[in-house]
Amino acid sequence: MELKELTAVELGEKIAAKEVKVREALDSVFAEIDAKESEIHSYITLDRERAYERADRLQQLIDSGECKSPLAGVPVAIKDNMCTKGLLTSCASKILGNFVPTYTATAVERLEAAGAVIVGKTNMDEFAMGSTTETSYYGVTRNPRDTGRVPGGSSGGSAAAVAANECFYALGSDTGGSIRQPAGYCGVVGIKPTYGTVSRYGLIAYGSSLDQIGPLAKDVRDAAAVLEAISAYDEKDSTSLDRKDTSFTAALKEDVKGLRIGIPADYFGEGLDPEVASAVKAAAKALQDAGAVVEEFPLAHVKYAIPAYYTIADAEASSNLERFDGIKYGYRTEDYTDLHDMYKKTRSEGFGTEVKRRIMLGSFVLSSGYYDAYYLKALKVKALIRKAFDEAFAKYDLIIGPVAPTTAPKLGESLSDPMKMYLGDIYTISANLAGIPGLSIPCGKDENGLPIGMQIFGDCFKEDLIFRAAYTYEKIRGKF
Amino acid sequence: MANVISDETIEYVGILSKLKLNDEEKERAKKDLEEMLDYIDQLGELDTEGVEPMSHVHPQVNRFREDVVTNGDMREDILANAPEERDGAFVVPRTFD
Repeated sequence: MELKELTAVELGEKIAAKEVKVREALDSVFAEIDAKESEIHSYITLDRERAYERADRLQQLIDSGECKSPLAGVPVAIKDNMCTKGLLTSCASKILGNFVPTYTATAVERLEAAGAVIVGKTNMDEFAMGSTTETSYYGVTRNPRDTGRVPGGSSGGSAAAVAANECFYALGSDTGGSIRQPAGYCGVVGIKPTYGTVSRYGLIAYGSSLDQIGPLAKDVRDAAAVLEAISAYDEKDSTSLDRKDTSFTAALKEDVKGLRIGIPADYFGEGLDPEVASAVKAAAKALQDAGAVVEEFPLAHVKYAIPAYYTIADAEASSNLERFDGIKYGYRTEDYTDLHDMYKKTRSEGFGTEVKRRIMLGSFVLSSGYYDAYYLKALKVKALIRKAFDEAFAKYDLIIGPVAPTTAPKLGESLSDPMKMYLGDIYTISANLAGIPGLSIPCGKDENGLPIGMQIFGDCFKEDLIFRAAYTYEKIRGKF
Repeated sequence: MANVISDETIEYVGILSKLKLNDEEKERAKKDLEEMLDYIDQLGELDTEGVEPMSHVHPQVNRFREDVVTNGDMREDILANAPEERDGAFVVPRTFD
């Protein structure tokens, strides 16, 4: 087997066993990058020179036995909305086109402590606002499974880099499905953990009450290992949780006997591609045959998730993005008359269309006279959606559904109609509103050979059950 | 009920958002806002009487810590990101005469 085809954990084992040098792992990654990047464009910034320097330092630590993490020496790609000290962090926006952070995000720091080698920063929708990676100021990313199609978004660069072997795993962030949906479109595994599991310190905020960092990986074991490495209480994030149950790799068992799995009938209605529906149902049947108890049930309030989400996320975004004003960092307009003119011109020239659209909606729903009718109403609906999941998890250990209504759309098809793009988030968005974990795993291909993703949700703190079911399914499914 | 965004409202949204919009962008923004608000109005179908608004899914508590400096002096690195700096400070346009 070629080096590039190894999973992150397999590569880590070979590095630990001195069968593979860290430099060789990097050579493999950069060979793929050099061959494919001109077409795929997973990365905004590559950090080749420093990656090799770090590889050499790490090799010494591994050789001397000082670094024993399972991910030691394994090359990783980081979504470009996570701060990396001394390395350009653009958030795929013109407004941060020259921003070099003075500190590193906690999740990335934890990976570095585990011996990860950062290859570069991946492309994304600008400020993570989009579902296709087409809103990036730095150009589109193409789906490695079919380069005429989008990789999904907003963590599209991370998903594409993993699928194209341009890294061994990647970090993404998920506010409404931005890890799970691109994982589904690109045929890789992605998980958004329970809100508060991974520190958001150093993650450039979009919707703070919804944002979570998580891994995009080649298989379930890699996803569990990476999530285990980055999950920790962080006093720098006031919403971070002090969990003791983050040994996710211990949950990787082939056993779903007696697991109660619910399938929301409301996730299989109008708008769902029949090929996606049948692949997801076949995967659920496979788990049933392996001993799980699978049944359909009505999940309340499904259609209200998208309007509630866009109200809340855009409100938070309008507040979070106030800081981009052309004074302390980033782009500043050339020509202005006074301070306010400078703010307005800087922001109008620095932000793209989709970002401006969301800032305006967010400002509107928070404005005096509309706050109660829109923002507060959405927060109440969020409470009802959470309650619907509470009721579901009283009956079921896990919930299974599709990741997205279709497989990856063609490039250029989505942006002309933002409303249609928003509707594509219907199956992923609720997990962010309810704070629950959700994992995306490939479960088949459509007639064009494009990956179909299945989503597995658990209640808060039940990543272990999700990993167990996903691991069991992956063994039944075989290599994707 | 279809929402109608007036010229005054879009002007106000521009001020709140700190965005400068030309006429074409204003018209586009009005249309986008109207369409989104029509869609969001669906939430009105749900009876939320007596429902407590949920801002965070986990209970949030204030976490106090001692006010001590833990990071070092990063002035040079921070200022290196500034569009304009002078004598160790950020330069902004004159705000009063």
